Amino acid sequence: MSAEKSDIEQRLNRRQFIIVGAGAAGALVLGMSNEAPAEPGHSDERRLGYFIEIRPDGNVVIGSNQPEIGQGVRTALPMLVAEELDVDWARVSIAPMPLGIVKTADGYTWKYGGQGVGGSTGLTSNWQYMREVGARARAQLIQAAADRWGVPTEKCTTEPGFVVCPSLGERIPYADLLADAARQPVQEMSPPLKDMADYRIVGKRQKTIDARDIVTGKTKYGIDTRQPDMRFAVIARSPYLNGTPVSFDDTEARKVNGVLDVFEIKGPAPGEPYDILASGVAVVATSTWAAIKGRNALKIEWDKGPNASDSSEKFWAQNAGMLDGRGQVVVDDGEFDSAFEAAATKVTRRYEVPFVNHAPLEPQNCYAHVTDDHCHIIAPTQMPSGASRSAAWATGLERDRIDVEFTRVGGGFGRRLTNDYVAEAALISKHTGWPIQLTWTREDDVKNDFYRPAGTHELRAGIDADGKVVAWTQRLASASKYYRRPNMADDKLWEAELYADDFPRRIVENHRLEYFHNPIGVPRGSWRAPAHTVNAFVIQSFIDEIAHETGQDPVQLRIDLFGEERELDYSNHGGPTFNPGRLTRLTKFVAERIDYGRKRPQGSGVGVAAHFTFGGYAAHAIEVTVSRDGALSIDRIVAAIDCGYAVHPNAVEAQLQGGTIDGISTALGLEITVKDGQIQQSNFHDYPLARIAAFPSRFEAHILPYGEVPTGVGEMGIPSAAPALTNAIFNATGKRIRRLPIGNQLKA
Amino acid sequence: MISFQVNAKRVQFDGDDDTPLLWVLRDHANLTGTKFGCGIGQCGACTVHVDGRAQRSCITPVASVSGRSIKTIEGLAPGDDTLHPVQEAWLEFDVPQCGYCQAGQIMATVDLLERIPNPTDADIDANMTNICRCGTYVRIRKAIHRAAAKMQAGKPGGGDVS
Repeated sequence: MSAEKSDIEQRLNRRQFIIVGAGAAGALVLGMSNEAPAEPGHSDERRLGYFIEIRPDGNVVIGSNQPEIGQGVRTALPMLVAEELDVDWARVSIAPMPLGIVKTADGYTWKYGGQGVGGSTGLTSNWQYMREVGARARAQLIQAAADRWGVPTEKCTTEPGFVVCPSLGERIPYADLLADAARQPVQEMSPPLKDMADYRIVGKRQKTIDARDIVTGKTKYGIDTRQPDMRFAVIARSPYLNGTPVSFDDTEARKVNGVLDVFEIKGPAPGEPYDILASGVAVVATSTWAAIKGRNALKIEWDKGPNASDSSEKFWAQNAGMLDGRGQVVVDDGEFDSAFEAAATKVTRRYEVPFVNHAPLEPQNCYAHVTDDHCHIIAPTQMPSGASRSAAWATGLERDRIDVEFTRVGGGFGRRLTNDYVAEAALISKHTGWPIQLTWTREDDVKNDFYRPAGTHELRAGIDADGKVVAWTQRLASASKYYRRPNMADDKLWEAELYADDFPRRIVENHRLEYFHNPIGVPRGSWRAPAHTVNAFVIQSFIDEIAHETGQDPVQLRIDLFGEERELDYSNHGGPTFNPGRLTRLTKFVAERIDYGRKRPQGSGVGVAAHFTFGGYAAHAIEVTVSRDGALSIDRIVAAIDCGYAVHPNAVEAQLQGGTIDGISTALGLEITVKDGQIQQSNFHDYPLARIAAFPSRFEAHILPYGEVPTGVGEMGIPSAAPALTNAIFNATGKRIRRLPIGNQLKA
Repeated sequence: MISFQVNAKRVQFDGDDDTPLLWVLRDHANLTGTKFGCGIGQCGACTVHVDGRAQRSCITPVASVSGRSIKTIEGLAPGDDTLHPVQEAWLEFDVPQCGYCQAGQIMATVDLLERIPNPTDADIDANMTNICRCGTYVRIRKAIHRAAAKMQAGKPGGGDVS
């Protein structure tokens, strides 16, 4: 600890502390963080610390302490710091930071602020704070210069990289002020932030800050970790849901050139909360391929476990049976039954949405080196603090004995909120004493995921003689995402599947939600925009069906339902309010852009959908052609997002494009099925993520700004894409898709 | 002992003949820019050039490249300060999101542009079968067209094309 650090710490408010130290080349590191009041890993995991390094040559390194999973956070958050710090963006680079947790009398707290990304909160939870980080540092630099010049700070301002005093005609580079600046007290209250109209960096088109390393192959993902004496490991996992090895014969495996060790990994008992996902047999070798070959040579007898008779066929039949009865009524506004009975037109439809796999392109992997009193983890993860806890579970070490580094992540999609692969790697290193890298093969990933829950939805609406929707219910039978969670009450399982305040709550006054949990053995978890991807599909499809049944135009019906701008209470994630008028604006925009009213030739059609997701708003209009033999061509896509203020427009656009593509790819052909207790898919040949050919060159992604507050953008682009596509298919063919994926349904 | 060239350097491998080239590059030659995605030749994250043609290294037994010349993403740029025009186009359109598939996408594109210097959208659809899980396809398509134009115009940086 340097002298500067303790000096400054004494001057800080007790809720804050600073991390200051001399860099290797005379550079100084400035930093500050809020202490988190609670154990990391709970709801406030995403609070952010920071550090700023100004090199002697004036180049600026900004610490990136959030996992970059392709959402752009490594660029967007440093943009906020650089804007308020007032430096030239071209001189900024970023430095990934490790997990920082500190043991205190009250448990662990953050060293660099909360670290973790999920729920589209990476930007929003740091928007104010990161700007203040930059503003405070700038104020310290100004104070240092003012002291040197003997003028009041009011006489000083900054130009990118310099403090200037116009009245003296003087300027000093930031780099020359650092030592003095670091001794300045950090104010408890942030200095005033810039007027947004003056932004030079934020809100402008900036490119991915580390893209050059990506296109030259230099970027290190978790799977690229190479450490001295590192061995390579894979695990043979049970092909049966909750199956376990009874016995195994490793005679042939141990004969494989390079295989070093083979041993059993014990998973959690069925139904128990998990730290690792599945029982299996680990193979450690001198290369990944040798480990895979060794695994192929294992002979394992499996106990098929308690889910050996689970099947998709049975699951769907059970769902249908449940929906014929009464479930748990979880929202019951107004008088649904009487309003529905009295309605001039009644519409009832059922939809099925399948299990899907996250399939990040970088397979799960983790480097672990466990010794008697220390553990070193390097992993691609969305939740590095969860990695720390997983490693602590596996090793029995205190978390302050565990160092966690996290890399650029080859895709998150919610899969890497769970750190089961970290626990596995730690177990293998602990068993062998070697530094090891565990790699999952694609087959491991497709067959051992925390899948997006599947479910059967029954929607009913009553419409009055004027075409107004007066009663609405959604009845869902599904396997809840809340899978084997500790202390999870059965009557709360619905909360992961039906977001109570979603549209059309408070819009259709007689509104009921009803839930049935179907506990199949397929593991479930958070899949990008979790329940929104499913509920947007059924709700936005159903609006079209209502329009069709009552002779209304589907876009006009949406506009009538969403209505004018107003703030409705919204208690779910993304609240506290939902403004349906923002969906009206987007709906009109995409419909106009795609020339919705235009008469289209036979076999062609257009569909529109819009949805509110975790605070952000998006809409899609899609134009398709379906040939006589059922070949689907997506001819044009218009997507629009209202994410409030767009901090990093390139990333907003990328997330909107990518979310749209994710939604369409999933709707076109992706489904996980189960038979005899086994996942039936194994790799991209039978889990066919869409290629470039599925998507037209006529693909527009529009950002419609709204106000001065940003929302997240990582999940908003998905939900309305699939229903816009299936609505277009209906418009083109009269064929209504009520079961995803679309697969070969158009050929029938 | 199997011997071949990788990025103009000689590599010798004395492991099993059936080891996929991918794992020789990643685990033995320490060239981790070439990625593992599926292991069955589906996703293309492992795309390298073998004697100038794109090939999926995860299903390429190392014995089959004996005496041949391999180029990986690390060897694509003509120099530290000069990128291949496909890499330049990738930066121009800010293509990468998570970035994991992009080495394979770039290697596949370089091969495409050598075979079809000015591809249509239909050519791209027919030839580009690499998976991008983030969905960067919109920008990949634009970047391919731009790279084609750059290479046609023979702009600086377009020197090294396998």
